Amino acid sequence: MMSSEITNQNPVISLKGVNKWYGDFQALKDINLEINAKEKIVICGPSGSGKSTLIRCLNRLEAHQDGQIHVTGIELHETMKDIDIVRQDIGMVFQGFNLFPHLTVLENCMAGPNWVRGIDESEAKERAMSLLKQVKIPEQADKYPEQLSGGQQQRVAIARSLCMQPKVMLFDEPTSALDPEMVSEVLDTMVELAKSGMTMICVTHEMGFAKQVADRIIFMDEGEIVEENTPEEFFNNPQNVRTKTFLDQILS
Amino acid sequence: MFVDTVVEDKALHKPAFLIGLSVAVLAFFFAFNFTNTIFGEFLSPVIGNPEESGLFGRFVVSFVLSVIFVLNLLAISFARLKIQILIVWFELFLLFLAFAYSFDLKLSFIQSRIGLMISKGLFTTIYISAVSIVIATAIAIVGAIAKLSNNGFAYAIASFYTSLFRGLPLLLQVYLIYKGLPQLGFMVDAIPSGIAALSLCYGAYMTEIFRAGIQSIPKGQWEASRALGFKSGLILRKIILPQSIPIIVPPTGNQFIAMLKDSSLVSVLGIWELMYLAKTLGQRDFRHMEMLLTAAMIYWGLTIILEMIQARIERKYQQKT
Repeated sequence: MMSSEITNQNPVISLKGVNKWYGDFQALKDINLEINAKEKIVICGPSGSGKSTLIRCLNRLEAHQDGQIHVTGIELHETMKDIDIVRQDIGMVFQGFNLFPHLTVLENCMAGPNWVRGIDESEAKERAMSLLKQVKIPEQADKYPEQLSGGQQQRVAIARSLCMQPKVMLFDEPTSALDPEMVSEVLDTMVELAKSGMTMICVTHEMGFAKQVADRIIFMDEGEIVEENTPEEFFNNPQNVRTKTFLDQILS
Repeated sequence: MFVDTVVEDKALHKPAFLIGLSVAVLAFFFAFNFTNTIFGEFLSPVIGNPEESGLFGRFVVSFVLSVIFVLNLLAISFARLKIQILIVWFELFLLFLAFAYSFDLKLSFIQSRIGLMISKGLFTTIYISAVSIVIATAIAIVGAIAKLSNNGFAYAIASFYTSLFRGLPLLLQVYLIYKGLPQLGFMVDAIPSGIAALSLCYGAYMTEIFRAGIQSIPKGQWEASRALGFKSGLILRKIILPQSIPIIVPPTGNQFIAMLKDSSLVSVLGIWELMYLAKTLGQRDFRHMEMLLTAAMIYWGLTIILEMIQARIERKYQQKT
């Protein structure tokens, strides 16, 4: 495919001078960022810092008003015709899971491949089952989402996204809505995914996860990228005062 | 209402309440003089000729009635909930029968006409209502989507439509369609005009029900579908509408029951449905009450059946989700 050739040479995602406002409030300020294939990025920052807004702009669940966002070589803008084609290649995992409650776990995973990609049912089912095995809940395939625990639901949500065979996975605070004892099962799944070479962008407060898998950590505050560094440098030698304050609060 | 785990004392078992109630009931029966009814006749061994019994007779009758009434309440209050409900239903039904009986109905008259009421009247009523509810549902889906769309034309047309048809009395709509369309050159029969009026009116109400049902689905469902690359039509069809159905079904069932009864308004067009037959069949023989009560019982029976069907459907959806 054309786009995959492009991604080998160019960044999978690039943002140039991106600004976004909600009314008078500026949510994103002059964001410049390039993310290459197979990179793992963790975005952190205090609440209201714009990190969720940023990640939601990458599949245009939110619109940016200024600057350019390119995803898999395609620019995202208001009048584009093929946003659904771009979105098919970008998986997204939400804080609130957002599984389809009227469909079984298996049907949740088959929905994208079958209805959107047009893959026939038996193949979609096979793929769904293999991904449910990968997230370690194949035995729940015929249950409805509400019958599962939060951790299991989030793993289903990850499997549902992976069924589309995306090039990039976005995680928007995937463990924030979970009971404490369920956080690790979801993080383990994400670590596995990282090892498999997936390009991942994760908004999270889980600093242990960040240390373990991130190639780069991006710290945001008040809508701007304050600091961008490797995990070692970020935790051991933070440059900005705001980063230091944040780390003190979150690690104490 | 959600029942507490602590049981309160029954009001009926408190002496003060019981005495107060007895006095009130006695006052009621005394105020609405029952001496010249069947009860007075029944008590004539005590009070003599009811016509001449005066205040004494009036007091005895109301006293006996209120004792029976209060004892009945007390007796029922000791029964289990389900038995209570059954007994009270049964007693109220008996009262209704007594009300009907008091008109000195001629049963043979009902017998001779009921065949036509059912084969023609009931059939037409169900036919008109069923066709109208199907059309109204189709209108409602389109209307709801139009009202939620960003398309200015669609929104304007849909909101004008709901505003107009919710704003006019149904009877007026029936007349406007039946008498108005021919003046524009469209000849329409009575039944199609009746169906059109019912569908348009209830379609407008149901548009609002469907719109609210669609809007009640959390926006996370839209976002998750979009993130997977679903197009809008697919999201509506596969994700949003299936989830709205359990929310939409109960109020839609109510609309259907209401429509069944409102279909009586098309009788003004001379359609031979239940209401029209009820009005006309008794006219020649001055047996209005017979036919009106028969129609009443048929409507009532029909809505009871529909309510039972509705309860079943609701239960089915509750199990699934």
